Amino acid sequence: MIYMDHAATSPVRKEVVEAIEPYFTEFYGNPSTIYKVGREAKKGLENARENVAKLIGAKADEIIFTSGGTESDNIAIKGIALKNKDKGNHIITSSIEHPAVLETCRYLEKNGFEVTYLPVYQEGIVRIDDLKEAITDKTILITVMHVNSEIGTIQPIAEIGKIAKEKNIKFHTDAVQSIGKIPVNVDKLNVDLLSISAHKIYGPKGVGALFVRKGTRLETVLHGGGQEKNLSSGTENVPGAVGLGKACELAGKELEKNMKYLAKLRDRLVEGITTNVDEAYVNGDTDKKVPGTTNLHFVGIEGEGLVLLLDGKNIAAATGSACSSKKLEASYVLKALGLDDVHCHGSLRLTLGSENTEEEVEYVIESIKEAVARLRSMSSIWNERESKMKDLEDKNRCKTCSLE
Amino acid sequence: MYTDKVMDHFQNPRNVGEIEDADGIGEVGNPTCGDMMTIYLKIEDNIIKDIKFKTFGCGAAIATSSMITEIALGKTVEEAYAISKNEVADALDGLPPIKMHCSNLAADALQAAIEDYRSKQ
Repeated sequence: MIYMDHAATSPVRKEVVEAIEPYFTEFYGNPSTIYKVGREAKKGLENARENVAKLIGAKADEIIFTSGGTESDNIAIKGIALKNKDKGNHIITSSIEHPAVLETCRYLEKNGFEVTYLPVYQEGIVRIDDLKEAITDKTILITVMHVNSEIGTIQPIAEIGKIAKEKNIKFHTDAVQSIGKIPVNVDKLNVDLLSISAHKIYGPKGVGALFVRKGTRLETVLHGGGQEKNLSSGTENVPGAVGLGKACELAGKELEKNMKYLAKLRDRLVEGITTNVDEAYVNGDTDKKVPGTTNLHFVGIEGEGLVLLLDGKNIAAATGSACSSKKLEASYVLKALGLDDVHCHGSLRLTLGSENTEEEVEYVIESIKEAVARLRSMSSIWNERESKMKDLEDKNRCKTCSLE
Repeated sequence: MYTDKVMDHFQNPRNVGEIEDADGIGEVGNPTCGDMMTIYLKIEDNIIKDIKFKTFGCGAAIATSSMITEIALGKTVEEAYAISKNEVADALDGLPPIKMHCSNLAADALQAAIEDYRSKQ
């Protein structure tokens, strides 16, 4: 199988599996206990914390382990909002955040907070001027993702952080899609809080971390036994944390090499597709992107069909088409770029990993070329796309649609 | 999510194409929703002698289009007009519930094609 959906999840590396295993079978103690098997577990946990901290230029005691990116985002955003609700009730975020951020913000909106969702324009990047304009004396939190999962664009985090610092506003970034892909340093990025997930960087699912800069006070939103500085209660997922630590260690060591390699593969992939397939366009900015990620749309076809045909050729890729989503809605990220529904339907996301090869890239280019041609030969709109697309200009939703 | 029959009709669709001198053409759907299909009919002595389709849409949309062409071929115009959405879905061993509404347009397209044929008589 050729796996090109690393933004969804990644395989767990052998070194990571090997590092984890003894924490299931040998050092299975509860790290809160004082006898040997508990102390061994605690040692593993703290060693992992060091590794996570090292990758992002933080101190170990600024890292708390969580169940993943979603929990980290919830703890950070609700924690800051609730802690500072007497100072203000305004939060600024972007329109293309992960649902873990967007839905948390919507929940807070229902509970008396006000949220500004910054636009991202065709390039898929927030503009600093919009941010400056959005800030009020009630703004208590800015949360903007480092890298977008669907289109791979890199947001100007360091600049946003600088402004937040000047205005004394807490700043959180969801770095789930940037960790291990580009350099991430909490001081250079000027962030107070930063979310991490293990399973996007060859670690296990169900574990992540939150960086909380020393002195940043959060209201507890997950109540319990007080583990992880009372921010993420529950007996620590020691094997998971050890896996995350190992994944971070490897990611740091191989970062530079992987960045070069993945950029080269991705550039060839994009070049191969856009020169071999008519009316194939890259979504979002083409330069300010993490290496290894691309998102394109193909006129006249629907993405779910494309993904299924590629699956038939043993290629795993993703689409932002409404037809493949649970809610039957086109990707809100692609829509935020100004793409209309019909172009969102024809989108394909390819996210490469270090185990992909040049041969695989060539095979994928050839397979996409065939699959798109096949779908277009069946498509009722491809031959008359110009006139049919014009019909769309009224942008009316399907009249029989009862799912609105 | 999709049954083997849906996957078979999606990967090996039957009767794809257009009929140049079609006796009836039916077009339904809206590309905004992601599904749009056209059905072409050749009718002789009140029997569907040839049927072809073209579809822009997901796996389910293509599979239902393909399936209805198999069901309708050789039927009388009245029999073909009576083919229901559920019949198409059942012939494919079912569709995911969320696809029943949006991608199961083939019966509508066939009825539209028959109406087009009748209007020309």
